[in-house]
Amino acid sequence: MYAQMIKSEATQDDPEKLAAFQARIDAGEKIEPKDWMPEGYRKTLIRQIGQHAHSEIVGQLPEGNWITRAPTLERKAILLAKVQDEAGHGLYLYCAAETLGVSRDEITEMLLDGRMKYSSIFNYPTLNWADIGAVGWLVDGAAIMNQVPLQRTSFGPYSRAMIRICKEESFHQRQGYDAIRKMAEGTPEQKKMAQDALNRLWYPSLMMFGPSDKDSVHSAQSMAWKIKMNTNDELRQKFVDQTVPQAEYLGLTIPDPDLKWNEERGHYDYTDPDWSEFFEVIKGNGPCNVDRLAARNKAWDDGAWVRDGLLAHAKKKAARQHAAE
Amino acid sequence: MKNEWPLWEIFIRGQHGMSHRHVGSLHAPDAEMAIKNARDVYTRRNEGVSIWVVEANHIAASSPSDKGPLYEPSESKVYRHPTFFDIPEEVGAM
Ligand SMILES: [Fe+2]
Ligand SMILES: [Fe+2]
Repeated sequence: MYAQMIKSEATQDDPEKLAAFQARIDAGEKIEPKDWMPEGYRKTLIRQIGQHAHSEIVGQLPEGNWITRAPTLERKAILLAKVQDEAGHGLYLYCAAETLGVSRDEITEMLLDGRMKYSSIFNYPTLNWADIGAVGWLVDGAAIMNQVPLQRTSFGPYSRAMIRICKEESFHQRQGYDAIRKMAEGTPEQKKMAQDALNRLWYPSLMMFGPSDKDSVHSAQSMAWKIKMNTNDELRQKFVDQTVPQAEYLGLTIPDPDLKWNEERGHYDYTDPDWSEFFEVIKGNGPCNVDRLAARNKAWDDGAWVRDGLLAHAKKKAARQHAAE
Repeated sequence: MKNEWPLWEIFIRGQHGMSHRHVGSLHAPDAEMAIKNARDVYTRRNEGVSIWVVEANHIAASSPSDKGPLYEPSESKVYRHPTFFDIPEEVGAM
């Protein structure tokens, strides 16, 4: 998902406190920043919320790439609003992470020097306008699958950030579907572009949910803590089941010859993505990893004088006011 | 960290004559910028008609361990609720 392969941190806390903490979670209580919490819970959440926040921020890059070249002024305004929302999502989540005792600069630097990850999906390029439609439809669609249950997560600030985010995501998915639908219903050439976008983004979208459950070793603790609400395969299946009819409506073909409805299971059978590709992308060898990190580093470095200048100005103003009083 | 902008807590009054409500936080160099950033981050869809910003380190908060002493005394005072009293039906609405 936006947070993939989050390793649950081991916890070495007083067993009695741990049991009381677990009982609070089991009773559906929210954990707030000043409450006692196991060190493992705190560390796992910093990593998970941080990775989620970084994904929102880095996720602006592939879409931002097309703002200046949107086909109409209306599409441009919509895409701009969508990308601006993603910046907001990043900020809500960074603030939630900060309540756990990590500073904004620390967590930013961990992204910039590669110690923290962001979702693998944003290491794929957006080659043309059809990709922008496909990203809203598939990538935001996949994100929603996991963000909706996370509204019920046990950590209060994370849950509240998710509630805000979910209110805005439906716009993202619908504008994407609307954009790709325009192309699927357009000229044969446009329809071909829409199909090509689906072909390239289908498996990377399935990868967003993380490795298959049989290889996903860290889920149990996170699920007990209610910071992971569903298994990777559960969410992936839900996404496939929801997306297939949407593709059919567009007259587009999911690039999976073995995809078929399984009457018995009541779900679609589908082919897993190539997990070796996924692990390569996670390791930094995807098509855009280098570009993405370079862009974030450049933005951070180029913005340093603005951050410093505004802070110096604020301090000077405060000192002057102080002297006048 | 070295030169990090301070954290501000953001309170927004919704459209309907409600109180300002805490919506989240953000970093800004000063109050003026905090209000501008809050406009962009928290009111992109007409969520508010007024914004308060308070530097986070100026907020004093009760601690979770004070829960008992602070709130338990009110639990035994059921007569503070109107439903504690039986009013005869003949008297009408009260
Ligand atoms: Fe988002
Ligand atoms: Fe989104």
